[in-house]
Amino acid sequence: MTITFAREEIQQTIKMIHEENLDIRTITMGISLLDCGSEDISRMEEKIYDKIAKNAGQLVAVGEQISARYGIPIINKRVSVTPIAIAAAHLNTEQMVRIAKALNRAAREVGINFIGGFSALVQKGFTGGDLALIEAIPQALSETEFVCSSVNIGTTKTGINMDAVLKMGKAILKCAQLTADQDGIAAAKLVVFCNAPEDNPFMAGAFHGVGEPECAINVGVSGPGVVAKVVKEFPEADFSELSNLIKQTAFKITRMGELIGRAASKALNVPFGIVDLSLAPTPAIGDSVAEILENMGLERCGTHGTTAALALLNDAVKKGGAMASSHVGGLSGAFIPVSEDAGMVRAVEDGALTLDKLEAMTCVCSVGLDMIALPGDVSAETISAIIADEASIGMINKKTTAVRVIPAIGKKAGDRVEFGGLLGGAPVIAIHPFSSSKFVNRGGRIPAPIISLSN
Amino acid sequence: MALSLGESNRAIITILGRDQTGIIAWVSGRLAEYNVNILDISQTIVNEFFTMIMVADLNPANIGLVDLARILEKEGNDKGLQVKAQHEDIFTFMHRI
Repeated sequence: MTITFAREEIQQTIKMIHEENLDIRTITMGISLLDCGSEDISRMEEKIYDKIAKNAGQLVAVGEQISARYGIPIINKRVSVTPIAIAAAHLNTEQMVRIAKALNRAAREVGINFIGGFSALVQKGFTGGDLALIEAIPQALSETEFVCSSVNIGTTKTGINMDAVLKMGKAILKCAQLTADQDGIAAAKLVVFCNAPEDNPFMAGAFHGVGEPECAINVGVSGPGVVAKVVKEFPEADFSELSNLIKQTAFKITRMGELIGRAASKALNVPFGIVDLSLAPTPAIGDSVAEILENMGLERCGTHGTTAALALLNDAVKKGGAMASSHVGGLSGAFIPVSEDAGMVRAVEDGALTLDKLEAMTCVCSVGLDMIALPGDVSAETISAIIADEASIGMINKKTTAVRVIPAIGKKAGDRVEFGGLLGGAPVIAIHPFSSSKFVNRGGRIPAPIISLSN
Repeated sequence: MALSLGESNRAIITILGRDQTGIIAWVSGRLAEYNVNILDISQTIVNEFFTMIMVADLNPANIGLVDLARILEKEGNDKGLQVKAQHEDIFTFMHRI
């Protein structure tokens, strides 16, 4: 057998992993709970717990073995489940909270760090189960550790359910209030989506859609540090060259996801779903999407030119990544969370990056307004209006957008919040002082947009 | 080139660190003990910085890759060396289609 590795290739791989924070961000196992229904709530809790324990029992151990075999860190092992508002549509609010706690027990048992799917899809209206679940979210998230929740309030095909937008503004504020002593951590586990993907492996928005198989492995890659390094090494490259460099790097990063996904699928005997080829930053120095944009030649992320830089980055990542994987899905794009990205945090602290600029940036990248701390006196209606703006961007542009904001109770713009771990910490960002209350209280639905007259 | 994914049992062992006497002797000795066959080896020294890349076959071995990687990493660490043993697929996947 011939030996076909070039020394430079081997050294490059090792450098990417050890110096530039290349890692597999998450292996997420999607599990259908559609067969776990029962009139008896205790029986239903038991069925859900058993099904997760049975399917995901080996997930963490297998993840660690694969990580050791290939010498690449796999940061998170997680589980997503069928949206609970569908799987448990007959339950009331109090029973929904019990299901959340059953999910939390199962997550603890199998050793994962998040379980997603305490979710509802209400883009066109509510079922009884949807209403019960949304009502249960604040209590469920503040009384559990691992459970993540998401609610899809709009799609390009259906328009936006503004009644749901109003409810979610209230739910986010309530989450923050119930966990005010932990800087509103419950709100960090809640995402409001427009055009939510059904195979997203990233938290807090992961759920296992109803079109998905019984069980599937989805992988999310990372690697902003690797891209930042490449961009930095070529300060003179013009935009065509820059795009090519990013494409090549994204290809290599995504190949790692493809490898780990195939290996995990084989070891667990579960079908391989998709690679989500996102650039997901962490609070670690050098693992920042903002740093990539700054390395392109912007003094600070958020200044004029940032949207263009991000558009180029996001497109090049997709082009490179799409070549590298047999199935790409999920969110797939550059993430721009604030608290999870040291460069974004610095940009907000320096006054370079504002909420309005972040909103503009979400027009050209994945995913949306993410991990942003709002002043504690923000009203539920203002949060709803922020959600409505962001969902409109997703609806009109036929893309996923999301809002994950954390009202920092008792704090004002410029103060700091700390969530710890991968969630990081961030300065509280300023919001507009003018009311949107009458607008969001109109109720009803924003109609689906026409998509042929596309200007 | 076919992507093996688990069918091959070859590992890439890399050593980085300050040059010192006996690095190759140590690693090849340990591999012989575990019956790991060395297929290819290359080393360079730039400014007293030692780099070695080795391709090893674990088919005849009496140790698994995960354990071998752990042992070499720990012993290398004691000598001030960064030692990695990784399945070849990580390099194949990253650099080949």
